[in-house]
Amino acid sequence: MNSNTTTLGASASTRSRAMPLAMAGLLGLFVVAVSGFAPMEAVHNAAHDYRHSMAFPCH
Amino acid sequence: MSDLRNVVFVAALAGLLAGLVLTAMQVYATVPLILQAETFESAGGGHHGDAAAAEEAGAEAWAPADGMERNLYTALAAIVTGIGFGLLLVAASEFAGGIAGWRQGLVWGFAGFGVFTLAPGLGLPPELPAMPAADLVARQVWWIATIAATAAGLALIAFRASALWAVVGVALIVAPHLVGAPQPVSHESPVPADLHHRFVVVVTVTNLVFWLVLGAAVGALRPRFFGRADNARTRFA
Repeated sequence: MNSNTTTLGASASTRSRAMPLAMAGLLGLFVVAVSGFAPMEAVHNAAHDYRHSMAFPCH
Repeated sequence: MSDLRNVVFVAALAGLLAGLVLTAMQVYATVPLILQAETFESAGGGHHGDAAAAEEAGAEAWAPADGMERNLYTALAAIVTGIGFGLLLVAASEFAGGIAGWRQGLVWGFAGFGVFTLAPGLGLPPELPAMPAADLVARQVWWIATIAATAAGLALIAFRASALWAVVGVALIVAPHLVGAPQPVSHESPVPADLHHRFVVVVTVTNLVFWLVLGAAVGALRPRFFGRADNARTRFA
């Protein structure tokens, strides 16, 4: 297999990409956490049916 | 920096599509069951009370009006969260080399379903309004820990060559269920068991479809924004 060379090449470019990817992941976590768990009544009531339908433990 | 822009583009488009599909499924399949369960809630002073009680209290927080408005907010939540899950999926898969096409996207979608629906749903099945539940914080801690452990376990199995790591991965996936999810003191509930069972099935299946659409969409869109996948195929082989 020549996967070794591919992996090495990828890991070099991965290093410079790690920051933007991690930022995108954190942004995703934040969005999911707010719409799934934010305790404010108005957010809860707005997203109520969605939260039940996704089985988020929110109340 | 253009990487971040590409990730956000792909996640936003795929999340929008999957969120719209999810909204249609929820409005058609899960919301009617939720509304039916709410009729059992009024007597027990449930978590959001009925409209009459709210008007008497006068201080109840804002809530969307039943019908169209309520469904629009469900759509908004589904689309926004779809984009959030899309960001997580694209970021995770880019670390692994990127998703090569829609078919490989389906595999990633199955992984997302396993991590975010199946694993936490085993211990904490989807709940209807008026059902009893254990302490909120305890459930949230278990839910988040289960998702983290399952994701880490799957990643070890998929992306580490040695068998030992695969064993560790399986152990991570099983561990939360040995600990066990926080359960209510009593499962006695005014909601009929049949109604709840239907809800669990519908929620699980709609989530599966959501994740498959999201994964396939990311896989189909990715080449347009990132060029070819570097090494995803060799890693998967």
